[in-house]
Amino acid sequence: MQVSLNWLKKYVDLDGYTPDELASLITKAGIEVDGVAYFAEKSTGVVVGSIESCEQHPNADKLKLCQVDVGDETLQIVCGAPNVAAGQKVAVAKPGAVLPGNFKIKKTKLRGEESQGMICSLDELGVKEAYLPKDAADGIHVFSDQVEVGADVTDYLNLDDAILEFDLTPNRADALSMIGVAYEVAAILGRDVRLPEESVETIAEKATDHVTIKVEAREDNPYYGAFVIKDIKVGPAPQWMQNHLMAAGIRPINNVVDITNFVLLEYGQPLHAFDFDKFGSDQVVVRRATDQEKIVTLDDVERTLTTDHLVITNGTVPTAIAGVMGGADSEVSDETTTVLLETAYFDPKRVRIGSKDHQLRSESSSRFEKGVDPNRVRKAGQRAARLLAEYANGTVLSGISEFDELDRSEKQITVTVERINNRLGTEIEASEIAVIFEKLRFQFVQDGDTFHITVPTRRQDISIFEDILEEVARIYGYDHLPYTLPEGSQQAGQLTKNQQLKRYVKQYMEGAGLMEAITYSLTTDDRAKLLISPEVEAVSKSAVRLSRPMTEEHSTLRQSLLPEMLHTLSYNVARKEQNLGYYEIGNIFIGKEEVVKTQPKEKLRLSGAITGKWLTHEWQQEAKSVDFYLAKGILDELFTRLKVTPTYKQIEMKQMHPGRTAQIFIDDVAIGFIGQVHPLVEKDFDLKETYVFDLDLDHLFAIHDDEPSFTKIPRYPSIKRDVALIVDESVTAADLEATIIEAGGEWLQNVHVFDVYQGEHLEESKKSLALSLLYFNPERTLKDEEVEASYEVILEKVKAEHDAVLRA
Amino acid sequence: MKEKLTALQNEALEQVEQAQSLADVEKVRVAYLGKKGPITEVLRGMGKLAPEERPVIGELANKVRAAIADAIETEKRILEEAALNEQLKTETIDVTLPGRPVQVGGPHLLTQLIEEIEDLFIGMGFEVREGPEVETDYYNFEALNIPKDHPARDMQDSFYITEELLLRTHTSPVQARTMGEYQGSKPVKMICPGKVYRRDSDDATHSHQFTQVEGLYVDKNVRMSDLKGVLNQFAKQFFGPEREIRLRPSFFPFTEPSVEMDISCKVCKGKGCSVCKQTGWIEILGGGMVHPKVLEMAGYDPEVYSGFAFGMGPDRIAILKYGVDDIRHFYTNDRRFLEQYHEA
Repeated sequence: MQVSLNWLKKYVDLDGYTPDELASLITKAGIEVDGVAYFAEKSTGVVVGSIESCEQHPNADKLKLCQVDVGDETLQIVCGAPNVAAGQKVAVAKPGAVLPGNFKIKKTKLRGEESQGMICSLDELGVKEAYLPKDAADGIHVFSDQVEVGADVTDYLNLDDAILEFDLTPNRADALSMIGVAYEVAAILGRDVRLPEESVETIAEKATDHVTIKVEAREDNPYYGAFVIKDIKVGPAPQWMQNHLMAAGIRPINNVVDITNFVLLEYGQPLHAFDFDKFGSDQVVVRRATDQEKIVTLDDVERTLTTDHLVITNGTVPTAIAGVMGGADSEVSDETTTVLLETAYFDPKRVRIGSKDHQLRSESSSRFEKGVDPNRVRKAGQRAARLLAEYANGTVLSGISEFDELDRSEKQITVTVERINNRLGTEIEASEIAVIFEKLRFQFVQDGDTFHITVPTRRQDISIFEDILEEVARIYGYDHLPYTLPEGSQQAGQLTKNQQLKRYVKQYMEGAGLMEAITYSLTTDDRAKLLISPEVEAVSKSAVRLSRPMTEEHSTLRQSLLPEMLHTLSYNVARKEQNLGYYEIGNIFIGKEEVVKTQPKEKLRLSGAITGKWLTHEWQQEAKSVDFYLAKGILDELFTRLKVTPTYKQIEMKQMHPGRTAQIFIDDVAIGFIGQVHPLVEKDFDLKETYVFDLDLDHLFAIHDDEPSFTKIPRYPSIKRDVALIVDESVTAADLEATIIEAGGEWLQNVHVFDVYQGEHLEESKKSLALSLLYFNPERTLKDEEVEASYEVILEKVKAEHDAVLRA
Repeated sequence: MKEKLTALQNEALEQVEQAQSLADVEKVRVAYLGKKGPITEVLRGMGKLAPEERPVIGELANKVRAAIADAIETEKRILEEAALNEQLKTETIDVTLPGRPVQVGGPHLLTQLIEEIEDLFIGMGFEVREGPEVETDYYNFEALNIPKDHPARDMQDSFYITEELLLRTHTSPVQARTMGEYQGSKPVKMICPGKVYRRDSDDATHSHQFTQVEGLYVDKNVRMSDLKGVLNQFAKQFFGPEREIRLRPSFFPFTEPSVEMDISCKVCKGKGCSVCKQTGWIEILGGGMVHPKVLEMAGYDPEVYSGFAFGMGPDRIAILKYGVDDIRHFYTNDRRFLEQYHEA
């Protein structure tokens, strides 16, 4: 809503406030003013002139020589505008005038003829492009009204107007009208509201004799009123009305259309003027359209209707889509002499459907959609009839032909001073509250500390105590509310165990050298099926897809964080960042049904990806490429810190390197995987060797043991024994370790591979694993013989189970 | 004999003094104190001396021996020290060469802000709650008093999956879920950070995915002045004690009265500049007193309980606080962007 202050002044006194001060006060009271705009840039010395004569310039084809009466003198002015003519009243910048851009007007000679000033267009007078009528560029401005020759044009042309741009919240439909804005500003400033004149002189002839109203869709249209105005002369609307419309961003057309638009803005009540002679009957029938029914609307588009749409008809064919747009057949034209003026209340929902289906959002439909004031419907029609009589030569027939089942009742709300103060945390006196209601022009009956309020129907947004509370608070001023802290139950806040663990894991990952990424949850259909962890794949019935994605790029919810993470790597590699390590903690979405019906399962995952070199090449160290064991090392330490023991089992997974991927288990529960991305997938993402991991954090958190405990620091020394075993290359480290742990006896605490060798001095297909065995007895110092005995058993066992021999 | 011993001593001390290396010193030691050395010889020949001379000569011999040994030790130490100094000289390094790089990662900027917000509210007694990102129409809209015809409920404006399911458009459903869980049995004091989704085309100022932090406090006798006090405390701690706050009336379906909170512009300190569009204020969050219908639907009697709720966008806050010029930076994870915020 664009609010012209020159217009608003007609209803409420704005003296003493600058536009910026008003904007600030209105914003603080609840309607955000986005900005203050000015109708025109500043000019001085421009007056009304009357063109006495207009002749061809002797030396130039395109110029005219005009004698212009400017009141105290007659000036000769050379003018090049195509529309200049004798008898016109125009805006004249006299010598000494200053036009926008500090353009000083002086006497001059043009092609040998003296020119004592300049006849101006609105554009030259600095009217901003946003407000200029379309044809304003065609030439000088010509006054259509009675204007006083010699008078300053500022007032006539609204050049000093300031316009407030309201950013209205959906509840404040009342401020979609100048009267509504006037009530708001009057409440804020504590001033009176002057309502417009609605009384109209009518002739004896009755509207009801000319037109009858029949509403078939009564719920869609509880009120329909029609005025009949004859003897209309279509022409330009008065300048002041055109000015107001332009300032509001509406292009003036002709007096009839301008008057309906003016009243729409003034009252917030959309009106429609039909050319009654072209209407086609003497009855208005309001009904739902039939399927496939057609209407050509004012914009010359043929529209196909359905039974969802409400139409105004002449009993036979539609003449308007109710509240949305009129039909072309009955459009007001220069020849129109009799107008059927419609003022109605249409059901917001019906109008919304109509405007949405036909993609016609207009000043009218947007007001009907929010619900117009039921007590202003008839008044607005009357106001328009009055203006038609005054400015379009209209003769108004008496009465309104109408259908009326409209509920105009006002809501009653009772509030107490105590309850208001309790909720606001204030100590406002009853008398002060009474003043606030008076400012808002809410009728009320005060009974001590109790107020019985009658809410005016213009404020459709107010229906309960809390709405009244807001009115009191905002007029009292949010600024004046005190600052307090809650007095209720005081409890300490704390992160939950899982939230703490999540932060712990994040910090660990960062300490381990990875940076946190946040990627999109919505990915492509294809990516939603990539790199899904086996235990997720096993339970997923579907990838969850949006019913109407905006783009294929973000159409389906992820089932793994990894595809978007590979995309992240790819994005960075394309920007010459080759060495990368990222992790992300986020939800994946697992469809519970093949065709999604219920909320998908959301699981918290921890994923990571590394590519390129890990250590940068520096003078003191060689850069090293990332590998499986770097990724695994990061996880191993994480598991140690989370106090769980993982098992890694070789696995073949789609999209992963068949020989370099392991599924991870904790106590036989599958919790994720780790490995190298399949080179073909790497290629798809333009990546070199890349290692990834993906873990079920929900599970890791669920099994986390947070019992506080203490293990004694050993008093006795442990004994370390190293052994190098030659085995077939198919024997895994885990197999060997398992056998050793099993055979090692009570005091064997730990087995750890510290070297792997394959090559010279070894048979092909054999490898040597060097293991370190750690023995420890918390009770006493172990004897060498005890360790020796265990060692012998181990050697026997690994020989028997893995054909392992001691390396010489 | 005495003279011989004294001469030996002088001779030995002179040689020690002349020693140039540890090897020279060792030679002196072997020559004078060795098993075949002259002093050992003297001590061995004691038997041939007169009994009254023996203790005198013995004592003298031991003194001489000790004096020589002492001198040798001292000389050794001096020579060793010199050798060490010599060696250290050769070990000199260029201390201006770069250190060995350490690979350390860091948190995402949005995570840092969210955790900071969490910690501030935890300090004020709030708990942190989470909720599903795929929500039901009921929790996302209905339970929050958002009417059926609200634009956000249009299939065109939100990411619907089925008619009943959609990606949450705000973190507010967690309000309804938490209250619903407690069923009016106890006060609620929580914040909820998380991802939210809206049907916007991604550009410098719009993202189809972004983050929000929702807050809710419901108890007996919660006042609007409490909302003002809590938000003021938050703003001063988060943005700095010099920043002022301003509440303006606004509208949200799930609060009444509703507020929007501005903080004074950091750049112009409230005077008006291009950052704050000449207003001196920057809009930072929305909130209000919980709508009685929302309380009622969640099992809280609005005659007994009242509360306030608020919501803010870490993405927007990051943009304002750090001057980030494009919201997409948060989701493309450009290393050069992320690393700027790994510094303390």
